This record gives sequence, structure tokens and C-alpha cells, in this order.
Amino acid sequence: MYLLAIDGYFILEKFLLVGLIITLSMVVAMYATYAERKVAAFLQDRIGPNRAGPFGLLQPLADGGKLFFKEEIIPLASSKALFILGPLLAMITALMTSAVIPWSRPLYIFDREVSLQIADINIGILYIFGVVSLGVYGIMIGGWASNNKFSLLAAIRGASQMISYELAMGLSLIALLMLTGSLQMSVIVENQQGGRLGGLLSWHVFYQPLGFFIFFICALAECNRTPFDLPEAENELNFGYHQEYSSMKLGFYLFAEYINMFISGVVMSTLFFGGYDIPFVNEATWNIHPNWLAILGFMMLLTKAFFFVFVFMWIRWTIPRFRYDQLMILGWKKLIPLALINMVVTALVILIWKK
Amino acid sequence: MLTQRGKLVDRKPLSAWENLYLPGIIKGMFITLSHFFKKKATIKFPEEKRTFSKVFRGVQILNRDEEGRERCTACGLCAVACPAEAITMEGAERQPGEEHLYREEKYAAKYEINMLRCIFCGYCEEACPKDAIYLSQTFAQANYHRKGFIYKKEDLLIPNPKEDPEAYQRAVGERAGGK
Repeated sequence: MYLLAIDGYFILEKFLLVGLIITLSMVVAMYATYAERKVAAFLQDRIGPNRAGPFGLLQPLADGGKLFFKEEIIPLASSKALFILGPLLAMITALMTSAVIPWSRPLYIFDREVSLQIADINIGILYIFGVVSLGVYGIMIGGWASNNKFSLLAAIRGASQMISYELAMGLSLIALLMLTGSLQMSVIVENQQGGRLGGLLSWHVFYQPLGFFIFFICALAECNRTPFDLPEAENELNFGYHQEYSSMKLGFYLFAEYINMFISGVVMSTLFFGGYDIPFVNEATWNIHPNWLAILGFMMLLTKAFFFVFVFMWIRWTIPRFRYDQLMILGWKKLIPLALINMVVTALVILIWKK
Repeated sequence: MLTQRGKLVDRKPLSAWENLYLPGIIKGMFITLSHFFKKKATIKFPEEKRTFSKVFRGVQILNRDEEGRERCTACGLCAVACPAEAITMEGAERQPGEEHLYREEKYAAKYEINMLRCIFCGYCEEACPKDAIYLSQTFAQANYHRKGFIYKKEDLLIPNPKEDPEAYQRAVGERAGGK
């Protein structure tokens, strides 16, 4: 029986892993705020934060400290319970997504195989979709509970945008699923190992370039990043759904955004860029301890994810925001038909190939 | 249209290629990326300072002669010249035995410049017949109170060239003529 193969170590190991991954996401999100400011500054010929610590490296700590010590204001006219629930939901859903990601090959500690994946469930991608679509509730509830028309408008925008882009996202992934024949994240990563050029040519991005492209655009929209940051829209909606928030509740919203960004970078690397596969070398034949291999693979995955985070920022400081109708036209009239065509063509090719 | 440089705005509908937006977006992204590696325009202020022109007009300083005596005779010409009416002073007569302190028989017992009023025009320097006041290269003064911005004679006097020649040189700075 599969489910009964649980012992004390297993539970301990999973708890440790959960703790580690949450810490990792938090730290990455913290430094993503720093990176965002630095990238923005560099793209605009500035220097960016450089006062707190060497190169301003302590800036995130200073920002975090500031957020903790700021006065907490809950508007009188808001519905208090929902007002508190909003940022919590945003944070929880952002952190939950990482549960099904295979971070690397298993580690071997005291003859135990420790899988670096919290839950290797066979519906990994579905789980991600489920959790990501829960994320919109954080925005919706926060915007509604603020009792403020700008927040409400932002919430409505956020909800409609996320729902529209989830469709195209899902459709673009169906073609990928037909290739791998599985929804399990570990299988999808395994499927991308061992092609030519050290696994590079078996990466899904080479089979599904259009699929990746659609997925990437939708990921931008799901993370509320520019050019799809309509729910935040500083200049039209005064910061949108976080307008009434202060102190660490605001911090949670901002953090959730950066965690989402990091996780979507990881998901993209896992689904399309070989996960922990190291390109150009066939690392499986190396004669080193598998633990080292696992650590190298983990580093590789992080590198890929950070690259995507950088691209997200790069796009943010290049492209202006879409207008609302343009956003809807792009989602419904362009991306969904494209994803459908991509799906049908992939299906046809697979059908002919298999015969 | 005087300059002949005006251009009509092109309002043609976008072509199919342009309507893809992607080529334009990619072009834009490489433009921003090229800025990533460019030299930054920032001057890291407290560590790095911009070099000023030799006639830069900063905070006023009250001058001394080579022997360290105050040059100001409290004639009031600077106060009259000041368009912002920032300067007030009170004169006093030099007593016997104070010859090493004041250059002439009359001196300024009290000399105040309200730095919140001062517009750094330099008219006081032009008006002074005794070379007693000039605008230094010090700038960006800060204070916790408005009162602190009314600079007294102690704040304005240049260090004594005999007692502290280094501080004196620093205060003189790179001024034209080095006076």
C-alpha cells in the first residue's frame, strides 16, 4: 500500500522541506524587491538603493522593518474580517504553489532517499492551476473589503483579467500534456532529460515554442505584472486593491506578488526549460556523489527561475500598461485562438507521428 | 513651423506586422537593455561632489586679513544691497588693545544673515568696500530648527589664518583669486 509507507522520518523530512521552501520563497521575494529597484534603476541610467549596507544589500531588511513598525490602519467602513483575510489569502496561495515543484533530484541522507519535492501528486499541473486561481480571491476580497471604489474597480479588473488569462494558459498547457502524457511534475521534468546537447534539445520549449510564448504572457498577467498590472495601476486607481492597506498587510500583498513571480519563473523552467537539467552537459554520467548532482541541479533551476524573474522586471520597465479593452482583446481574441490552434496542430502531429 | 522641424503625426492604421506588437516590443526591450550597461548619471553625493565653477555662490563667509583681523566695519552697505533683506548688523567701536582683532576702528559687534531669506545673489559681496564678505563654495546647510538658519557672526567668520591655516585654506576653497 502506497499511502501507508509513512514513518516519523518521512513526516520530519517533509516538514523540514516545507519550512525550507517557504523560507527560500520569502528570502527570494525579499531580494526580488531589491532586485526590482536595482533593475529599474539600471535600465533608467540610475544606481538604485545603495545606502543600506554594501551596495544597499540590507535595503530589504530596512523595508521589512519599516513595514512592521508602521501604523496599522483598518478603515472604519471596511468589513474587518474580510479586510484581514485578503492579504492572508494572497500570501497563502502564493506560498502553496511551490508544493508540487520538483526542486531537484533526490538527496541521499543516511541511506534514505529524500525527494526534493513536497508532494509528487499525479495531478501536479492541475494543482498549480487550482491554487493560482485561488490567488484571485486575495485581490477580490481585499478590494471588496476596503469599501473604496478604486479598490473595488481594481478587484473587478483583477478578477476578470485572471479568469480570462487562465483560459489561454490552460489551453497552451494542454498541448504540453499531450506531449508528456502526464500531469505529474516529476514526469514532465524527467521527460526533458537526456536529449541531445546534454538534454537541451529535449526541453519542451523546442517542441512547444508557441505554447511557451502564450504561457509566458499569461504568467505575466497572472502575476499582475506590467504590461498587465491593471489591478494596481498607480496612476488611474491609486494602487488599486492595496490602496487602503498599510503596515504588514500591504507588505503581504507586495510580498505575494514577488513570490508569485518567483514561483511562476520556477514553473516555467520546470515545464518548458528542463527543470533541474543542466544544459550542454550530460550530468547523469558524471562520477560524483548524487547529492552534489542534486545541489547543482537545484542551483540550475534557481538560475533559470531568476532569469525569468529578471525578464519579468525587464518587461515591466520597458512596456507601458495595456488599456482594459486591449487587454481583453489580447486575451480572448488573440491568445485563446492561438492556443487552440497550437493544441490542434500538436495533436495532429502527435497522431501522425505515432502512426 | 518656424523651425521647419515639425513632423506630421502618422495616423495610418497599423500594418499586420506592426499589429503583432512583438517586433516593436523586442526592439524596445533591447533599447532598455542597452541602458543597463551605460554609464550612470548619478553623482553619489556625500562621497562624490560635483566640481563647482570658481564663481559659485554658496553660503556667505566673513573675511579676515592676513593677520587674522576681521575686515568688516559694519558700514551696512551689504544690508542695503541685499534684495531679500536678510542681513542685520550692529556696529561697535574698537577699544584700545583690540587692534589684533579688528582691522579698523569700527567693527560689527553683531552680524546676522537669515539663511531662509538669502537668495544667494551675491550683491553683498559686490557692495562690500572692504572685501569683508564673500560667497563661499559651501552649500546645502541643514538644521533642525528654523532658528538655526539665522547665522550669527560665529557661524559666518572664516577661521583665523594664523591660528588655523589649514581650516582657513579649506574655507577659502577654490575661489577665484583665492582671497
